[in-house]
Amino acid sequence: MSDVLLKVEGLTRYFDVSKPWLNRVIEREEKQFLTATADVNFEIKRGETFALVGESGSGKSTIAKMIVGLLEPSAGKIIFDGQEMNFASGAAMRTLRRRFQMIFQDPFASLNPRWRVGDIIAEPIRTFGLAKGAEVTREVGRLLDTVGLSAADAGKFPHEFSGGQRQRIAIARALSSKPEFIVCDEPTSALDVSVQAQILNLMRDLQDEFGLTYLLISHDLSVVRHMSNRIGVLYLGRLVEVAEGKRLFTDPKHPYSRMLLDAVPDLALSGRRRRQVEGEIPNPISPPSGCTFHPRCPHAFDRCKREIPQPVDADGSLTACFAVEEGRI
Amino acid sequence: MAEPLLSVRDLVVEFPTRRGTLRALDKVSFDIQEGEVLGMVGESGAGKSITGAAIIGLIEPPGRIAGGEIWLRGQRIDNLAPEALRRIRGKRIGMVFQDPLTSLNPLYTVAQQLIETIRTHMDVSEKEARARAVALLDRVGIPAAARRIDDYPHHFSGGMRQRVVIALALAAEPELVIADEPTTALDVSVQAQIIDVLKEICAERGAAVMLITHDMGVIAETADRVAVLYAGRLAEIGPVREVITAAEHPYTQGLMGSIPTLTQTSDRLVQIPGSMPRLNAIPPGCAFNPRCPKVFDRCRVDRPEPLDRGDRRQVACWLYDVVKQEAGNV
Repeated sequence: MSDVLLKVEGLTRYFDVSKPWLNRVIEREEKQFLTATADVNFEIKRGETFALVGESGSGKSTIAKMIVGLLEPSAGKIIFDGQEMNFASGAAMRTLRRRFQMIFQDPFASLNPRWRVGDIIAEPIRTFGLAKGAEVTREVGRLLDTVGLSAADAGKFPHEFSGGQRQRIAIARALSSKPEFIVCDEPTSALDVSVQAQILNLMRDLQDEFGLTYLLISHDLSVVRHMSNRIGVLYLGRLVEVAEGKRLFTDPKHPYSRMLLDAVPDLALSGRRRRQVEGEIPNPISPPSGCTFHPRCPHAFDRCKREIPQPVDADGSLTACFAVEEGRI
Repeated sequence: MAEPLLSVRDLVVEFPTRRGTLRALDKVSFDIQEGEVLGMVGESGAGKSITGAAIIGLIEPPGRIAGGEIWLRGQRIDNLAPEALRRIRGKRIGMVFQDPLTSLNPLYTVAQQLIETIRTHMDVSEKEARARAVALLDRVGIPAAARRIDDYPHHFSGGMRQRVVIALALAAEPELVIADEPTTALDVSVQAQIIDVLKEICAERGAAVMLITHDMGVIAETADRVAVLYAGRLAEIGPVREVITAAEHPYTQGLMGSIPTLTQTSDRLVQIPGSMPRLNAIPPGCAFNPRCPKVFDRCRVDRPEPLDRGDRRQVACWLYDVVKQEAGNV
C-alpha cells in the first residue's frame, strides 16, 4: 500500500462564461472561459491534513468538488489510492465514492430540512449497503454519539439544532460510509469562534480515532495553521507554494504567501505593523500574463510578465516564483 | 473626565413575538469618548448589530427600545421624533454596513449618491458637493477618483465598494461612525486595507468609531477599548490590551482561548461547552452560568451587574464581587 493516498496531476478546470450564441454573433465576441484552476499538482499522504488556502476566486472549492467527483476536470488526473478516477464510468466512481466524503461550509444548506437527522445520517449507509434494518439505527446512534450528540437526536429535524450541532450532524453523515478521506470545504467559516473551536477539536479527535486523511479548505490562515501538516497556497487557480505548515508560517517563500501572512490581524498585540498590500485579485476571466501575481508583486520583473513560473524546490518547500528561483529574495 | 460623545444607559431592546417578548438587549451601558474607537464583539445573536441599530434608530418594528437612554453629546436621542432623528443619522452619526453591495443603490452612480448625501446635510452648491465627493473618494484610496465617480456601484470590486461606503458614511463629517462588520465580506488582504482607511480617516477628522465585529484580530489592531456582549448583556468592557491579554470574565477568557493563532503550538483549542442560549431561553442569574467553568450558586440566582474594575473597565461576573460576597457570608 502506497503512502500517498491522493495525487493530483495537472488538474485544470475551465468554465464557459460566454454570452449566449446570438449575442456573440451580433456583438462579434469570442467565447469566454474562466480558468478556475490551472495545472495544479499535489499529493496527500495517508493520515495527514493537507490544507488549501487562498482568497475568494482562487479555485479552492473547485478543486474540492473535482476531488469528490462533483465536477469533471477539463484536464489532468486525480489518483486516489493508486487508482485513477474515471469520470466516464458511473460504476467505478461509485465504488471509489464510498471511500471519500465531504463536509460543506454551510450546515444550514447542506442538510435536507425535510429529512429527520437519522435518515440524513443513514442515507450513505443504505446507499452503499453497509448495514440493514435495526443495524442501521444502531449505527446512526453510535455515530451521533461519536460526534457529541445523543442517539435520541436521530428523530429530530435539522432546524431544531444550532449551527455547531448541524455541523456535527454533517460530520456524522460524512463518517457513516466509513471513509478514509474527507474533504472539508470551509467547515467552520459559518460558525462562531467558540463553536469553531469545538468543531476543530472534534475533527482532530476523529482523525486520531479513525486514522482519517483530511483535505482542509479555508481562507482562515489561523485555522489552517492549527489543523494542517502541509499547506498549499492558491492564487488565481494556480498553486504558488506548497510547504510544511510550520515552515510556511515561519519562513514563507512566495511573495503572495508573505503578503497573506502579513495581512492576518495580530491578536498577540506585538505591535507588528502590517505591511500594506496593494490591489485586489484580478478578474479570472482575463488574468494577467505570465505569473498572475505580478501586478501586485513587489519583486516582479520582466520575466514574470512573460513566463509562467513552475514550482521549484526551495529549502523543502515548492514555490512557483522566478524571484525565489533566481535567489533574488 | 470629559462628557462622553455617546452615552448608552441601561439600553433594553425588545422584540414582541407570538410566543412572548424577546429581549435582544438587556440593560447595556457604555460610553464612547470623542475620537475613540470602541470595538464591540460577541457571537451571532449576542446583540452587537442591534446595539448599533438602536443608536441610529433603525430597529425594525415590531422591535423597539423598551428602556434606557441614549445620549449624543448631552442630547437625548432615543426618544426623538423620526424627522429629528433623520437629521442626526447621516449628519452626526455615519454608518458602514457589512455588505457593500446592498448598502449602495445600484441604480445611481456613486457621484449621485455622494452628492445627495452631502447636499442633504450641508448647505453647499452642486459643484462644491461634487468637488468634496471627489476629494473624499480620493482620500479613501480610489484611484482616478475624478473619473470613477461617475461609475455605478457594480463597476467597483468588493474592496473598492466598501471604500465608497466609507466615503458615504463620512460625507457629512459625522462625529461618530458605526461600522457593522465592515470587513466580513472581504478577503484578508483587502480587509487590512479597509481597516486602515477607516481608522486613518476617522482619526484625521476626529470621528469616534463603534466597530462591530466578531473578529477579535481586527479589534486587537484597531480598537482603543472593547466591549464583549453575551446573550444581549455586557460581559466585559475595558481597554483592548487588558481585555485581550488579561480577560477577567470567564466567557471572554474562553473566547480568547478558542481562537486559533498563528504562533500557538498546542494541539487543542480551549473550548467552551455548549452554545449561546437562544433569546427565549436565557437562564436565570448570569446568562453564561450553564457554560461557565467557575460557576457557583449565586450565578444561578442573581444576575451580576457590571462591576468597576479599575480604569474604565467593568466586568459583569460575581467572581469579582469580593466585598459583597464577604458581607453576605457574615
